[in-house]
Amino acid sequence: MRHGKRLFIATFLVPPLALYALFVISPYVQAFQISTTDWGGLSPEYHVVGLANFTRLLHDHYVWNALRNNAILLAVLPVVTIVLGLFFASMLSVGGRRDRAGVRGVRGAPLYRLVYFFPQVLSVSIIGVLWKEMYAPDSGLVNGALRAVGLGGLARPWLGDPALAYWCVVAVMVWSNVGFYVVLFGAGMQAVPRDIYEAALLDGAGRATTLLRITVPLLWDTVQVAWVYLAIVALDGFALVQIITDGGPGLRTDVIGLRLYSTAFGDAKFGYASAIGVAMLFLTLSIAVLALRATRRERVEL
Amino acid sequence: MTTTAAPPVDAVADGRRRDVGDRPPQRGSGLVDAFSHVFLLGWALLTTFPLLWAVVSSFKTDEEILTRPWSPPTALRWDNWVRAWHTAHIGRYFVNSVIVVCGSLTLTMLLGAMAAYVLARYPFRGNRVIYYAFVGGMMFPVFLALVPLFFVVKNLGLLGTLPGLMLVYTAYSLPFTVFFLTAVFRALPLAVSEAALVDGCGHYRLFFRVMLPMARPGLVSVGIFNFLSHWNQYILPIVLMQGRDAEHRWVLAQGLTALAVNEGYAGDYSGLFAGMVIAMLPVLAAYAVFHRQVQSGLTAGQLK
Repeated sequence: MRHGKRLFIATFLVPPLALYALFVISPYVQAFQISTTDWGGLSPEYHVVGLANFTRLLHDHYVWNALRNNAILLAVLPVVTIVLGLFFASMLSVGGRRDRAGVRGVRGAPLYRLVYFFPQVLSVSIIGVLWKEMYAPDSGLVNGALRAVGLGGLARPWLGDPALAYWCVVAVMVWSNVGFYVVLFGAGMQAVPRDIYEAALLDGAGRATTLLRITVPLLWDTVQVAWVYLAIVALDGFALVQIITDGGPGLRTDVIGLRLYSTAFGDAKFGYASAIGVAMLFLTLSIAVLALRATRRERVEL
Repeated sequence: MTTTAAPPVDAVADGRRRDVGDRPPQRGSGLVDAFSHVFLLGWALLTTFPLLWAVVSSFKTDEEILTRPWSPPTALRWDNWVRAWHTAHIGRYFVNSVIVVCGSLTLTMLLGAMAAYVLARYPFRGNRVIYYAFVGGMMFPVFLALVPLFFVVKNLGLLGTLPGLMLVYTAYSLPFTVFFLTAVFRALPLAVSEAALVDGCGHYRLFFRVMLPMARPGLVSVGIFNFLSHWNQYILPIVLMQGRDAEHRWVLAQGLTALAVNEGYAGDYSGLFAGMVIAMLPVLAAYAVFHRQVQSGLTAGQLK
């Protein structure tokens, strides 16, 4: 019996573990090793260069340019997405009619929830291609809509404008993320007992007060998770940028993931690309820790 | 009745009035409310309009697309769809995506459930170490692994092949799947498995006949999560589906982006929109039917 149990544990654990070690653990470990070489990929030869890749990284203004864009994303994406998410979610779950029947969501809330979630189920390539066409100078809907309402003067080649291109991509990221957080926060709000809202209503709290003083503190754990997750998304941004602008015009929309990708698979500088990857790991980990620290608050127990 | 606001003063008044009269409180600054509703509706339009626009554009001619983005098509040109499916190979990419996701999803669920079950219910030396090795994978950005992964897959002769992609998708889905399902299996009652073992049920039978069915809600959630992330995966296919003739085995996400680049040169915009809609509709339709499960599946994944 004991023997059978051991055999059972082994047969159940070995296949997943082997697959995981081969395709996940070993590449991660190798990445650290490759990052200390000048490996070019074409030949198996390489030289160990120690930390030279990392010192080069510090002086590489392409990398800094990309990092600056990620930093903008980090400052904008979580705040805007969470604020919009909280606002819409609170409208949908407690923003409706307040009367004797209690507090509930606005009319048509389920339909809104259904629709808001659309971008979340679409692949990033569909979203990217769609918005690339949306922003197109002549055929795009953005300029088309502006011209249709008589604001043709505002129409411009959105993605060709160095000052605007990156903000266009940031807008798409917000667009594609908000729906998820509406649903996530909405689920949290459903769990808050209705009588708390009713008591607040009787005490004369308006919508804004209710949201800021009751809903947000009670949902803080969820908001915190959202923050960390969006911070991680902000450090990526690769797929949408690559599809919509491919870093252009003039690297104005470059992000660190795209830098790594083109350094590796465009320039075949695998050693240097791995060093960028290692830097990204430490960046991601420290941002996650910072986000958790910065948003730490006392928990409100119900 | 969509406009009821409750600014502080009114709300107090309403609260009092409630004791006396029976009138629903509906006065007050409808302005704030109307404003909020405009926002809600505005966002709904902002989400749906681009998608509708893509559908409408997929029926237009190239000339109509390029010169009149705002007007409806003059006729329903289904031949755009046919051209996208055949000539632009969206059909082939679609089939490839289906094959890869069927394989990777089955493998992920099976291997993930097996590992999670053993880690959740069988204490043995090294159990925690293995668990954290799996779960730790969630913290690492996939970018870090890209370069070595490319060569691991290449050296195995799996570069540009569908089985290679299936195995890689599965491996990268294991951390979350194991993490989620371990919690699910731990929450199942001990008494059932003990009774089954006493009755002479073997460990394998216990897993497949008793524990898996009991874990069904959790399996569905993580299954939906994995389905969407495999179907929508972008970075792994563009890195791993390189090499000679790899275009024949491209998946949808990658094929569509390539189409967007190529159609720009070829000028076949209607084909591009049709391809986009073909890629978009099945997922949206499935979501519309199972939206409750999809929403709870994805948000459960996030909250754990």
